[in-house]
Amino acid sequence: MTDALSKLLQTRDWLLADGATGTNLFNMGLESGEPPELWNTDEPEKIRTLYRYAVDAGSDLFLTNSFGSNAARLKLHNAQDRARELSRVAAELGREIADASGRTVIVAGSVGPTGEILEPVGALNHASAVEIFHEQAEGLKEGGADVLWLETISAPEEYRAAAEAFALAGMPWCGTMSFDTAGRTMMGVTSAAMVQLVESLPNPPIAFGANCGTGASDLLRTVQGFSAQGTERPIIAKGNAGIPKYVDGHIHYDGTPELMAEYAVMARDSGATIIGGCCGTMPNHLAAMKEALETRPRGARPTLEQVTDVLGPFSSASDGTGDDDAPKRERRGRRRA
Amino acid sequence: MSEEEDDIVLSELNDEELVEQMFDDLYDGLKEEIEEGVSILLERGWEPYDILTKALVGGMTIVGNDFRDGILFVPEVLLAANAMKGGMAILKPLLAETGAPRVGKMVIGTVKGDIHDIGKNLVSMMMEGAGFEVVDLGINNPVENYLEALEKEEADILGMSALLTTTMPYMKVVIDTLVEKGMREDFIVLVGGAPLNEEFGKAIGADAYCRDAAVAVETAKDFMSRRHNQLSA
Repeated sequence: MTDALSKLLQTRDWLLADGATGTNLFNMGLESGEPPELWNTDEPEKIRTLYRYAVDAGSDLFLTNSFGSNAARLKLHNAQDRARELSRVAAELGREIADASGRTVIVAGSVGPTGEILEPVGALNHASAVEIFHEQAEGLKEGGADVLWLETISAPEEYRAAAEAFALAGMPWCGTMSFDTAGRTMMGVTSAAMVQLVESLPNPPIAFGANCGTGASDLLRTVQGFSAQGTERPIIAKGNAGIPKYVDGHIHYDGTPELMAEYAVMARDSGATIIGGCCGTMPNHLAAMKEALETRPRGARPTLEQVTDVLGPFSSASDGTGDDDAPKRERRGRRRA
Repeated sequence: MSEEEDDIVLSELNDEELVEQMFDDLYDGLKEEIEEGVSILLERGWEPYDILTKALVGGMTIVGNDFRDGILFVPEVLLAANAMKGGMAILKPLLAETGAPRVGKMVIGTVKGDIHDIGKNLVSMMMEGAGFEVVDLGINNPVENYLEALEKEEADILGMSALLTTTMPYMKVVIDTLVEKGMREDFIVLVGGAPLNEEFGKAIGADAYCRDAAVAVETAKDFMSRRHNQLSA
């Protein structure tokens, strides 16, 4: 049986994903520090509203409110035993809104990082990480998610552990990493290295890509880095709506709907197929992105100069790919083996 | 040269070469080699404080610079910090005994609601690497935790970290409380975290926003030296 996302991708050459979860919930009164996943059971109507924002703005796909509903994250709120339940309810509410939309809308079960560092550098071992992700995956599957959606990952070990867990759950999946440190992930993964990682998996994702990070320009440079590897796999671009600013006690992202529309078109021209926003991306941003994707023709891949002219400067000169690799430190001599 | 001749035996190096080699070994995260290097320097009669500042802090400065410049990333820094810790474990009791000068003391923690501690841990390690004393409050700290620790520890610096846009505003709550209690001027307040920027740091009344752990160390040193100048002026 072909999954719903793969089917949709056969008929469309771009899909609009959703925008921000946290920023939207914050505007609905989520308290600073409260885990948003508890709202799946405590405030289900607000979660339905969140999902409707995306559907009404024209998204073909939205992520469930389950980013942090894994045992490792919930443990910090003493809710570790609710990982499966909160994941299931997140997907159930999503299924309800998607099915009521009268068109095909994909319910993507969001899976965020454990928040811990995996072995060998950190303390979390592979088997435990797989178990944590597996529990969440089963919950999302029970709730009726079409695909699982791994996001904001920085370590290749964690990406692999999640992939293994999704295989155990027998679910199709997508997976994005967050490239926020000199064009790489916090753990040093380049766009080129992520393509290799994805293709090395026994159960590769339907689509892969980048989310969050530092800004729309950086995100597009990363997308172009994926494309440059000649991958056939659909690429996901989910960038933030600009840079966060602090205005009157609230966080406000400075990217306008017009700017996000430009970003969406440039993302498609850079090789992305599934295009959405991340932090700060509100329904009006999504509507502007949708209109631009529908009305503007495809163009040539924008040069990096064109990207920065429209969307602003990069956060770092290099992204660790190509010939401009940073110099390596010279060593004195050979170390004992 | 044969391979055996290439192998390095730390005890055969003179002081200068040994310190250079320790820089490399810190860079490569070789804990046992760092512990051995520290022990050799102690045997040669080095002051613990000199070993800390010249060998360990010197080496971690290189690590910090390359992290700042996007040459090293988190995994390498964690390994380097771990090697540093090995050396520090030997030096710490000796430093206390010899009454070595204090670089500065920092209280650090992620703010209420924020459980993302990777960045905060990096800052702690790099600050220790630079010779600071660090009191780590861990994650999810309400304002009371910060205030209590700052007073009890007689800290110089408050470090706050937030990874989420939903938890960033809490930093302002902490700073506002310090102002209310008339304590704000007693401490250097540094903030950091992925969604933050300089403008945000200014808007909430912090002394500085630090983009990464290396910048945090540089900024802390800078503020501490200004403090010392003021005191001696």
